[in-house]
Amino acid sequence: MEFFVFVCAALMILLGAVGVIVRKHPVHAALSLVLTLFGVAVLFVAQEAHFLAAVQVIVYAGAIVVLFLFVIMLLGVDRVENLRTEPLTAQRPLAIIASLGLLGVLVAAIVNGNGVLNERGSGINLPDLQNGSDANTVQLAESIFSQYVVAFEVTSVLLVIAVVGTVLLTRKAKLGAK
Amino acid sequence: MIALDPLLQDDLLWAPLLIVLLKVLVVFVVGLLATMLMVWFERKAIAGMQNRIGPNKAGPFGILQTLADGIKLFFKEDSFPSRADRFVFALAPFLSFVPAFLAFAIIPLGGDFRNGSSGEVTLFGQVTRIQLADPPIGVLFALAISSIAVYGIMLAGWSSGSKYPLLGSVRATAQMVSYEAALGLSLACVLLLSGTLSTSGIVSAQTTIVDWHIISTGIVPFFIFMIAATAELNRPPFDLVEAEQELVGGFNTEYSSIRFALFYLAEFMNTVTMSALIVTLFFGGPQPIAVGNFVLDIPLLPNALEGTVWLLAKILVFLYIYIWFRATLPRLRYDQLMDLGWKLLIPASLGWFMLLAAQRLARQNNWNIFVVTGSSIVVLLICYLLMQAAFARSARERETQGTMF
Repeated sequence: MEFFVFVCAALMILLGAVGVIVRKHPVHAALSLVLTLFGVAVLFVAQEAHFLAAVQVIVYAGAIVVLFLFVIMLLGVDRVENLRTEPLTAQRPLAIIASLGLLGVLVAAIVNGNGVLNERGSGINLPDLQNGSDANTVQLAESIFSQYVVAFEVTSVLLVIAVVGTVLLTRKAKLGAK
Repeated sequence: MIALDPLLQDDLLWAPLLIVLLKVLVVFVVGLLATMLMVWFERKAIAGMQNRIGPNKAGPFGILQTLADGIKLFFKEDSFPSRADRFVFALAPFLSFVPAFLAFAIIPLGGDFRNGSSGEVTLFGQVTRIQLADPPIGVLFALAISSIAVYGIMLAGWSSGSKYPLLGSVRATAQMVSYEAALGLSLACVLLLSGTLSTSGIVSAQTTIVDWHIISTGIVPFFIFMIAATAELNRPPFDLVEAEQELVGGFNTEYSSIRFALFYLAEFMNTVTMSALIVTLFFGGPQPIAVGNFVLDIPLLPNALEGTVWLLAKILVFLYIYIWFRATLPRLRYDQLMDLGWKLLIPASLGWFMLLAAQRLARQNNWNIFVVTGSSIVVLLICYLLMQAAFARSARERETQGTMF
């Protein structure tokens, strides 16, 4: 059963990933990305990480890709792009080198950690939970809000800085043109 | 463990499988019937409010009008606009229709939750819940589903290849994504008190009327949730998505026949689901009205079945309120909609959430609850004043320098 779910989810992920690259239309590519994200959510559920699965769907599929699509529609870039012209000439060879390097790192990591993959982990030991609340949520909340609270808050500050910076940059550009 | 439902915890046998199939069938059929009756109810009620008769030909009181309309739509020509993106155009109605039904799966539809009972019933010798699925993530599932429903509307508008549907869908997406934040934050207030994500857990935490989350969270989260839910449903007064005067028909302008019917069905199904969710979260779902030890019991009915009756009665109230909204309130302007969402509802729900969290912390550590509440309110007031100052400043700058965007 678990194997069957894994195969289906893996197929979804791979199909989506290939679709993102192969589909010429940006909207179709974005929809393929949704397929991949759903596959990952299914894998999370299969690993009993229900909360992560929900967040995966709410945040990635529900907010981020919607934002992608929104920008694609609003800016009207939903046309097939001409791939012949190259704004940066060095881009393509560099991209090939970088992707080969990444592939090498991934393969090396998998080969190196081969033994670990075959072992079964002991799982997380939790004290008994009352009225059947989800163990994932409790565990995550305890990690984020007690042990790693500083890192968590710093990350959120980083996000706020990014938002404020974006607003400021776009305003500056308009002021200069005035 | 896929679900908390005791039915699914042992080995897979025939009886549990059949019960699950039966539940799926019942939820689907009840969903379709509820939608059909909701359409009729809305038309009839609005007609009454506007001094008209409304549908009165098909069946008694025109109750079969929706069925007749559905059959008519089935037999109409199914047309593809020439500039449409065919695959996405065909996919969009289903992306709208399927989530509408999926969200209904997590609503507890009955069962005895009184005096700490778990709401479980025995069906064909198997212990189960009157609810299709009770996943550990509970209400987060509803949020996830409602964020998927955005795709249906968005892709429908885009794939039509025409400008009015595109404008409608851009509006709808912006609206749904912004109000989802307020929806989630007011939901967090309920989760803070119930301490569980599971819908059956939330229901069993609301035994007496004082425990109903509308009272125990202090009413404000309920109003925010109600407003945000109305916006999420694209129902009046937040129906700019299909503002007829401006956009012809909104995202579904180019749709005809059964594809249009699917959108229509999804819209009404979502209204029913959202009412059920509001009842589950804030009004105790299938719990009877109980004050202290006094329980308003319906005689002759078993308690489990009584839960269904209570749930139906409560849902009907909210369906009526939605119809009432439609008949009473004028449509908001786009900037009013965005101001309401971002400048009022989101800060208010966040502030209220902080207040509840502070109170909870005070109770846990035996601090003086009045001092904690008072100082939290002072802090929130300062935040509110700062925010108002920022709004005033930006409004002044807009006056002098013009808009930047």
